[in-house]
Amino acid sequence: MKFTFSWLKDHLDTEASLEEVCEALSMLGLEVDGVEDRAKDFAPFLAARVLAAEPHPQADRLRVCLVDTGTEEVQVVCGAPNARAGMMGVFAPSGSWIPGSALRLKKAAIRGVESNGMLLSERELGVSDEHEGIVELPAETPLGAPYARVAGLDDPVIEIGLTPNRSDCAGIRGIARDLAARGLGRLKGVPGWGETVPGAFESPVAVRLELGENPEACPLFAGRHFRGIRNGPSPKWVQDRLRAVGLRPISALVDITNYFTMDMGRPLHVFDADRLDGDVVVRMGRDGEEIDALDGRSYTADATMTLICDEAKGNAFGGIIGGEATGCTEDTVNVFLESALFDPVRTAATGRKIGVLSDARYRFERGVDPTSAVAGMEAATRMILDFCGGEASEPVVAGGEPEWRRSYRLRAGRVESLGGVAVPAERSIEILQGLGFEVEGEGEDISAAPPPWRPDILGEADLVEEVLRVQGFEHIPVADFPAPTVLPAPALTRAASRAAKLRRALATHGMAEAVTFSFMPARRASLFGGGEAVLRLDNPISSDLDCMRPSLLPNLLDAARRNADGGRTAGALFEVGPVFRPGAAAIEPDGQLQAAGGIRWGTTPRHWSERPRPVDALDAKADALAALAAVAAPVDKLRVTADAPAWFHPGRSGVLRLGTVALAHFGELHPRVLEAFDASGPMAAFEAFPAAAPTPRARAGGKLRPALNRSAFQPVERDFAFVVAEDVDAGSVLRAVRGADKALIADAAVFDIYRGKGVATGSKSLAVAVTLQPHDATLTDADLEAASARIVAAVAKATGAVLRG
Amino acid sequence: MSDELTALRDELEGAVLAAGSLDALEDVRVRALGRRGSVTELMKSLGQAAPEERRERGQALNRLKQAVSDAIDARKAALADVELERRLAAERIDITLAARPAPEGSLHPISQTIDEITQIFGEMGFRWAEGPDIEDDWYNFTALNIPPEHPARQEMDTFYLAAEDGSARPVLRTHTSPVQIRTMLSEPPPLRVIVPGRTYRSDHDATHSPMFHQVEGLAIGKSIHMGHLKGCLIAFCRAFFGVADLPVRFRPSHFPFTEPSAEVDIGCTREGGQLRIGAGGDWLEILGSGMVHPKVIANCGLDPEEWQGFAFGMGIERIAMLKYGIPDLRTMYDSDLRWLRHYGFRPLDIPGLIAEAAE
Repeated sequence: MKFTFSWLKDHLDTEASLEEVCEALSMLGLEVDGVEDRAKDFAPFLAARVLAAEPHPQADRLRVCLVDTGTEEVQVVCGAPNARAGMMGVFAPSGSWIPGSALRLKKAAIRGVESNGMLLSERELGVSDEHEGIVELPAETPLGAPYARVAGLDDPVIEIGLTPNRSDCAGIRGIARDLAARGLGRLKGVPGWGETVPGAFESPVAVRLELGENPEACPLFAGRHFRGIRNGPSPKWVQDRLRAVGLRPISALVDITNYFTMDMGRPLHVFDADRLDGDVVVRMGRDGEEIDALDGRSYTADATMTLICDEAKGNAFGGIIGGEATGCTEDTVNVFLESALFDPVRTAATGRKIGVLSDARYRFERGVDPTSAVAGMEAATRMILDFCGGEASEPVVAGGEPEWRRSYRLRAGRVESLGGVAVPAERSIEILQGLGFEVEGEGEDISAAPPPWRPDILGEADLVEEVLRVQGFEHIPVADFPAPTVLPAPALTRAASRAAKLRRALATHGMAEAVTFSFMPARRASLFGGGEAVLRLDNPISSDLDCMRPSLLPNLLDAARRNADGGRTAGALFEVGPVFRPGAAAIEPDGQLQAAGGIRWGTTPRHWSERPRPVDALDAKADALAALAAVAAPVDKLRVTADAPAWFHPGRSGVLRLGTVALAHFGELHPRVLEAFDASGPMAAFEAFPAAAPTPRARAGGKLRPALNRSAFQPVERDFAFVVAEDVDAGSVLRAVRGADKALIADAAVFDIYRGKGVATGSKSLAVAVTLQPHDATLTDADLEAASARIVAAVAKATGAVLRG
Repeated sequence: MSDELTALRDELEGAVLAAGSLDALEDVRVRALGRRGSVTELMKSLGQAAPEERRERGQALNRLKQAVSDAIDARKAALADVELERRLAAERIDITLAARPAPEGSLHPISQTIDEITQIFGEMGFRWAEGPDIEDDWYNFTALNIPPEHPARQEMDTFYLAAEDGSARPVLRTHTSPVQIRTMLSEPPPLRVIVPGRTYRSDHDATHSPMFHQVEGLAIGKSIHMGHLKGCLIAFCRAFFGVADLPVRFRPSHFPFTEPSAEVDIGCTREGGQLRIGAGGDWLEILGSGMVHPKVIANCGLDPEEWQGFAFGMGIERIAMLKYGIPDLRTMYDSDLRWLRHYGFRPLDIPGLIAEAAE
């Protein structure tokens, strides 16, 4: 909502400065989005006379002008074709800021001739695109007068961002009322508002509301017929004001409707009565009905839309935009004026459907003062007669004013108990009355009836807000809000605590945390077990973001690919966040799943100390284990199975399970998946589901740790080399080793894998270090022999291994 | 000591000093103190000495043996030092070589900011609450006093999922506010919760992302009023931005789920085109707040005559960008490694109000 300072002063008798008004507006909840004060911006630009304009000695197109600024005579080099002796122009001295060119003017020599300032074009001033020549002011313009004043641009323009509840402030009247209530001046009367204009004849055009089951769509339509008018340009002061608030003056009739829209928040419409076919009919649209609108475009109506029609056709979308065929032109002689009420919800819905955001829609969808339909029709009648002459008919009114009178109780003490600031009852009453409320009662019990322009007031809390915002939020004393206990309690949920630990663990593990979108392209989601209909967006912003992600990996893979394409050929990313699983459960509120996923790509760093190698499944396994360890999953009890999901390389991937429950999967990504993402390998990834891990149960001893059992006897390490078939995995061998003597064997690990001379083709030799930890006595040679024999036998039985000779 | 023994001592000490290696020194030791060594032989001959000389000669021989032994030990230590020096000199490595790689990762600024927010509100007695990203229309809109015709419900603002057989379409939550409703419905007041989380709006340009993060706050009690809202949010803003005298301004505004409603501005300066948070001539809007609307409280089965309180919501990306000088929203989700390293946080930079060095 834009308005000028002087227009505001039509309604508000005030001595307040522009700054004070702006501050008050913001503190009233009418947030000032911008102030354009051209008197300030244009301060250096003065009306000046060109005394002489001689050709430039070095350049054909340039002239050397002698300019009288009123205080001195200066030499200016000018390239404008219209620069000539005797003319009045706009002079900008050296050092001034030229808004249209966005530069600071410097004293300069142009082709060897000194130039002290500039004669400006409209484009340089930033007032239009005109750059054919310099601005020519009327010959009688006083020398040295400020250009802003001469051009009528010295009226500051204020723009406020209107919250949707404040329909009353979609007119300058409402803004002035708020300021007056806050004490920034006195609200003036509006000349002509509320008066009636006698009619000279009976309107030849009648209005019929034929809305069937939707009478609320247009409860009231007030109109007048005019004859014998002249639709020339409107007076300059009207044009100046409209232009200042960003509206293009068109003709007196159209400018009058725009003027009331801005001034009183009362949209109007004028039809060329000679182009109406019979009476005006307000009815619902017919599906597929085409309306050619004033903006030169054609829109399709449907049965939910309110149309203003004549006997033959639909002419306008009620409360939104008029029709081209019945619009007023310079030749219009007979006019029909419309001042109606339209349903806010329907207006908003129609406006959105046809995609038109007009000044009328802006107001009707917020709610227009129902009493302004008739008052606005009368006031506009007066102005039409004043500007255009002619005669007005008797008023034509169809329907009636919907009931808007209501009142709410305000307990005076409620302002303090809700707002935290004591406001005396009398002051609350004064504020409400200043805003137009009718207030009754005294002392604690107040009854306040909102004025017709405040459809947003619907209860006591709204009344408290009115009192508070006019009184000023700045007067609410700051009250401490300490924790209810001296020391705060733990604040995280279990999931949040897990997420915090996962993030810091994976970052410590060398991965950079990424935050990627929760959605992704459905065509790729299917590669990760997703993309089902229930998790697709009905209204995606693009086909790349049309599906909830079933896994963290696709977006991480895409991020890795982007990094690799950008030359970051190796790296590691992780994310902790929600994934959305296909199946009905997934769209239930709790169907989302917390996941931690990571991806590594490229090779390990080239470094003097070790040979680089491509990242592989076991890097991803380490990441997965780090993630699970961070959330206290029993990583030493996990087993690995080779049945990872299809997006992994089938031979280079695995699942970490606790019993049968999968806690994580890891591996190299499947080459076909990489191909679908235009990525090249190697890329190794994991995804863990920490919620699947058992929550560490509160032990009987609370946070107490069990006693530490440290053996007094030396552990002994023994190495074994088992020759096994290629398809025997290390896990089976180690499991057999450990199972040989669970009490004695503390650890077993593969420390070498050998293939080649001495080992038959198709077999491999696994070197296993076994740690034996006695608890009761030092191991004797005989003990060791016995234990070794048990180990060899157990491994042989489980895997067919033979001890390498 | 006799001249003979003195001469022997001088000779042996000379030999010790002349020994250029541990092997040569061992030869000297064997020659002097070995089984057939000169000193050993003299010790053996002691039995043949006259009884009256024996004691004195024995003492002299012991002194000789000790002196030679000490000289050998000293020489051995010196030779060992030389040997070690030589070895160490030979073992010199190029210490300008790069250390072995131990890549450290980083935390995203959004995560760090959430942890910071949690710390501050946690100190004021707020705890986390959570809700699903895929939300029911009632929680996201209706219960929050957003009527069906409200523009926020339109497709241009809200993402919807496909409906299943005639039921209402699920929405991607447009704010974290539905968790207000879930919390009030599931737990008895008084309540103080914060809700950091992902939110979604159908907007994608330089300053809007279709997914972003918000933190919601809710405090419900019997006598919580706007003065408390001011006290709580001023304390937060000053602690979060680390500016003790940060000006904070509350401006009337409008949200369907609060009444009265307030936008919150913090002080800043824009001198020289550089935005700086702190006392200055200018204001920067950072969050929306207000007293929970009586209808919202009633929608949660509570009596608005008995229970009241405040709620607020702020964009996490926005305050992170302001605090850390991150210029572009979209880069938050780009996952560019250079950006993550530059704007990210070290894993052990765990925020805490008291776990930092005092200035």
